[in-house]
This record gives sequence, structure tokens and C-alpha cells, in this order.
Amino acid sequence: MTTKTDETGTKVPAQRGGAPGAGRGAKEARFADGGGVLNAFSHGFLALWALMIIAPLVWIVISSFKTNAQIGGSAWSWPAHWSFEAFAHAWDRGIANYFLNTLIVLVGSVTLTMLLGAMAAYVLARYEFPGNRIIYYFFVAGAMFPVYLALVPLFFMVKNLGDISPLLGLNSYLGLILVYVAYSLPFTVFFLYSFFRSLPTAVHEAAMIDGCSHTRAFFQVMVPMAKSGLISVGIFNVLGQWNQYLLPVTLMQQQHGGDPDRSMLTQGLLNLAQQTGYASDFPALFAGMTIAMLPVLVVYLSFQRQVQAGLTSATLK
Amino acid sequence: MRHRKYPFIVGFLIIPVVLYVVLVIWPYLQTFGYSLTDWSGVSQTMHFVGLQNYTKLFGDSVFLAALEHNMLLLIVLPIATILLALFFAFMLNVGGRGGTGGVQGVRGAAFYKVVFFFPQVLSVAILSVLFQAVYRTDDGGLLNGVLVKLGLEDANHPLQWLSDPNLTLWCIVGVLIWSGVGFYLVLFSAAMQNIPKDIYEAALLDGAKRTQTFLKITLPLLWETVQTAWVYLAIAAMDAFALVSTMTPGAYYGGGPNNHSEVMATYLMRNFITFGKAGYACAMGVVIFFITMILSVVSLRLTRRERIEF
Repeated sequence: MTTKTDETGTKVPAQRGGAPGAGRGAKEARFADGGGVLNAFSHGFLALWALMIIAPLVWIVISSFKTNAQIGGSAWSWPAHWSFEAFAHAWDRGIANYFLNTLIVLVGSVTLTMLLGAMAAYVLARYEFPGNRIIYYFFVAGAMFPVYLALVPLFFMVKNLGDISPLLGLNSYLGLILVYVAYSLPFTVFFLYSFFRSLPTAVHEAAMIDGCSHTRAFFQVMVPMAKSGLISVGIFNVLGQWNQYLLPVTLMQQQHGGDPDRSMLTQGLLNLAQQTGYASDFPALFAGMTIAMLPVLVVYLSFQRQVQAGLTSATLK
Repeated sequence: MRHRKYPFIVGFLIIPVVLYVVLVIWPYLQTFGYSLTDWSGVSQTMHFVGLQNYTKLFGDSVFLAALEHNMLLLIVLPIATILLALFFAFMLNVGGRGGTGGVQGVRGAAFYKVVFFFPQVLSVAILSVLFQAVYRTDDGGLLNGVLVKLGLEDANHPLQWLSDPNLTLWCIVGVLIWSGVGFYLVLFSAAMQNIPKDIYEAALLDGAKRTQTFLKITLPLLWETVQTAWVYLAIAAMDAFALVSTMTPGAYYGGGPNNHSEVMATYLMRNFITFGKAGYACAMGVVIFFITMILSVVSLRLTRRERIEF
């Protein structure tokens, strides 16, 4: 890469004027110590790791075009005919349904997490009142506990909520949404708290003097100012909740025969994998995986810089 | 202004706090209580048994094996992941040869970053199904297929990976490292970007070699980030539930042949959902909690250093 700025946004110092060629050879020779061997090794290792990541994924995609016999035969077989039959199979066997379930839950839970988390973090960061510290530490402490600690009572808590209203409870969208929100709050509040504290106060004060109410000042002044922080945490939460496995497995099981199957994509895919063993429809399984991977891949490649920046800034806080 | 402040504060806090207390704090506290009973989870009756669950737990060979596996993960996972991620991050950020002033990554650094990070956004279910296919025990599996192709194993006796008691846990470790390195690479990269370039330039002019640069400059300045990574990985090592329960053989929640890949979380779920021993499962939850707490505190203490301002 000989450009002045490479894609990752790092500034590469431009050359100073003068004789560019003069001291360069010596300097380069000095820094390229360990010479070719070390370099070749390092580059080779980077390339190998990249191959280790790309190869299995490509292999899965190719496998969705094979027949069952081919998949059972050898890893190196090549699809005999390229048909999308397996994809239709996978779609019909519930992938579409799981996708929809996941979408419903994630839209609800991420929106609520961001809204409630931002509200709580803002009040805790900007307003003095008795009990402020206690509430803040309560939230932060929650980030340190493993979910397993709460799992058993949580199951029964959600079950009891279901007795109060049929909309909540086990195997209900709203029940799972509320649980996702509750377990995402500690981190969201912790992160946004420090973010709101770092924002300048002048704009907010000006709005208040102009007769803006507290609520309006929050939504119209503070939220736009905190946009970058909100995006970071938002991405963090989307990925975290998209990846959830333990909570849906515990709380989103069909309770009795007539229940609708509201599995998340993670659960559904694994159920499909288990049934595949009996039904031996491996192409459909691989096609299902390809379908599940594609949207993530597209979103990630489009927003990879924001995703990486969001995740790392969220972790480094 | 003051007279309207309190209604606003209460209005903003009430929903998040209530939700959090009901679904997070209260279950956490209940767990401690339930862990002292013989509650089955299904019936309404329970008897107080004191610390009996805990004494049983530490005489339970399966639990002890699971604990041992978690400890193994705890040692292997952070060390391997952090070393790999540091090496890659150094190569991609400052390991290149200086054509234009000396400090830059190797060729194609941006591409590598995108590829290495990708497993992080795949959901754990995809990882699980993907690696079940990779680790297939006949030569239809990718790994066996590659090894047979390279002539490293006999096609008639392919390795049994997840079904082999001695390999099953290492297969899980492999997946965890494979998927985790990219995230920590990006994390370390972000921290390296914050190191002023002139420090590297000065070292370069003083004739520092690449290895020296890494050990004397990069590592000390990244120390805090490495610490953070360590704590995160330690917490991940205490979990591993999703992969073990879905990838390794076992009737309920995996656990591998003869519990050879059992971790505490899978044993907890089996006791709770399958065996109907809710009290016992709660005691395990409490043990996991204490180990995690102690780990976080200890690792932060042990790795404390002077803060370097730059």
C-alpha cells in the first residue's frame, strides 16, 4: 500500500521534501530485520488464518448445492448440478418462520433497550437526587454477573408473568423482549452514562432557559448530540441479542402441543440440525445456514467500520 | 426549574428500574435462597437443607470434571487468543516495512481485518452447525477431508473429533479461538491506533528492531487493553454452554462421551431442565458466580501496573 492513507483510516506520514531516495534504502534495510524468513512466515501465517476463516464458509455454501450422497461421500466432491432446490426446502422447513420471529423480537428489544437505557443513563448522569449512586451501581453490578446465576428463578418469573397476561410469559414475543431488554440494560446504561457525562452542558442549559421541558430537552437536544454513542451501543446490542442462545432456549420452548413455534433463528437452526440427523437432508441444512449467514454478511460488509468501531469503543470504556 | 425536576426523574427511571429489578436483580437474589433448598422446580414444596447442595456438589464427580474443564478453558483460551490477536494486530498496524516513513501495516491489512473479524458476527448457532460439518467423523468432514488429502491421516480410520474423549474439549477450544481472535485483533488495533506515531519513528531512528519495538513500545502501551481482553475471555471461558451443549454428543445438553467435554453450565441446565433439581442447579449458579467474581478481581489485581500516559 503506497497511498498516503490506507482504508483503515490511519495516517501514514507523508514523505518530507528533499531527496526522497537518499536515506530510504538504509532505513528500510534496518527495519526489515529478520529479513525474508520472518516476513514470509508472518505473511504466510496471516494468509493461512484468512484461509481458515474463508474456506469453511465457502465450503458450506457450495455444499448447499450438493446432494445428500455427495455430502456423505467426500468433502471434496463438487456439486453435480447447480439447483436452488435445497434453499426452497430450508425455507419451507421453518427458516422463514424463525427469521420472522427473530426480527419481531429484535426490533422490539433493541428499540426498547436503547430508549430505556438512554433515559436511565441520562437521568443518572445529569441529575442530582438522593439514591442516584445506588441505582447506578445496581445497574453496573448486573453487568458482572453470569446469567446462569439467575436462570432458574428467571424461568419461573416469566412463567408467572404469563399467568398475569397471556401476552407475556413463556414462549411469547413480549416476554422474551422484556427479558432481553432487562439483561441488556446494565451494559447500555454503563456505557451511555459515561457518554452523557462527557457531553457539553451549555446547549442543554440554553434549551432549558428557552423554556424547554426536561423531556423535550432530552429528546430534541441530548439524543441528537449523543448519536455516535447510541449507534455504538445499538450495534453492540443488536449483535449480542442476535447471538443469544441460552435465554431463548430456556424461555422460548413450546409449552404444549398446540403452541406456535416461536423459536429464534439460533434455536431453529440447531433444531433443524438435530432433525437432519434423522431425515438426512443435509443440503437443506447447509442452505438454511447460507440463508442465515447472508443478511449478516451483507450488513457487516456494508457497515464493517461502524461495527468494528462500535464494538471496540463499547468494550474499551 | 427545580419544582418540575422530580416528576421527570421518576418518570424516566421508573420503567427501566422496575424491569431490571423484577427480571434481573430479584432472580439473582432468589437463586441464593433456592440454592439452600431441595426444590425440584416443578412442585410447590421445598425444604430448607442448608448447605447440603454445596457439599453434594463438591463430591459430585461430574461437576468436578466440569469445573476442571472450565479451568482448562480459563488457562488456554485467554493465552492463545490474546497472543494470536496481539501478533496479528502488530503485523497489521505497525509490522509492515516502512516505505513511507516506517510505520504502517503489512499489505492488505484492511482486507485481513474484515475477514478475521467476520466470525464475530456469525451467531453461535451458525458456528455450531458449521463446525459440526467441519468435524464430521467420516471423510465428508472438511477437517478429515483436508487431512486425508494431505496424507496426514488414514482414510479408513478418520479421527473422531467430537466423539473422541481426548479431543472433544479441544475441538470446542478451537472453535472459541477461531471465532474470538478477530474481535480482539480489532480491539488491540483500535488501541494501537491511539499510540502516537512519533514514538515508533523515534524507535526506528534509534535502530530498534521489529521485535524490540513490539516488546518495548507496543506491549507496555497496550497493557490496559490486554487486561480488559483477559477479563472478557475469562468470563467467556466460564460459559461455553452454547457450543458444548449443541456440538458434543450427549442426550441432554451435550457433555461429550463420558462427560469429557462437560462444562458447569451444561451440567447446570441438565440438572434444572432434565433432572428436575432446581435447588441443586441454583447452587451451581452460585458457584459459577463466585468463581467469576474472584477471577475478575484476581486477574485485575495480578496484572496491575503503572499507568503510562501518552
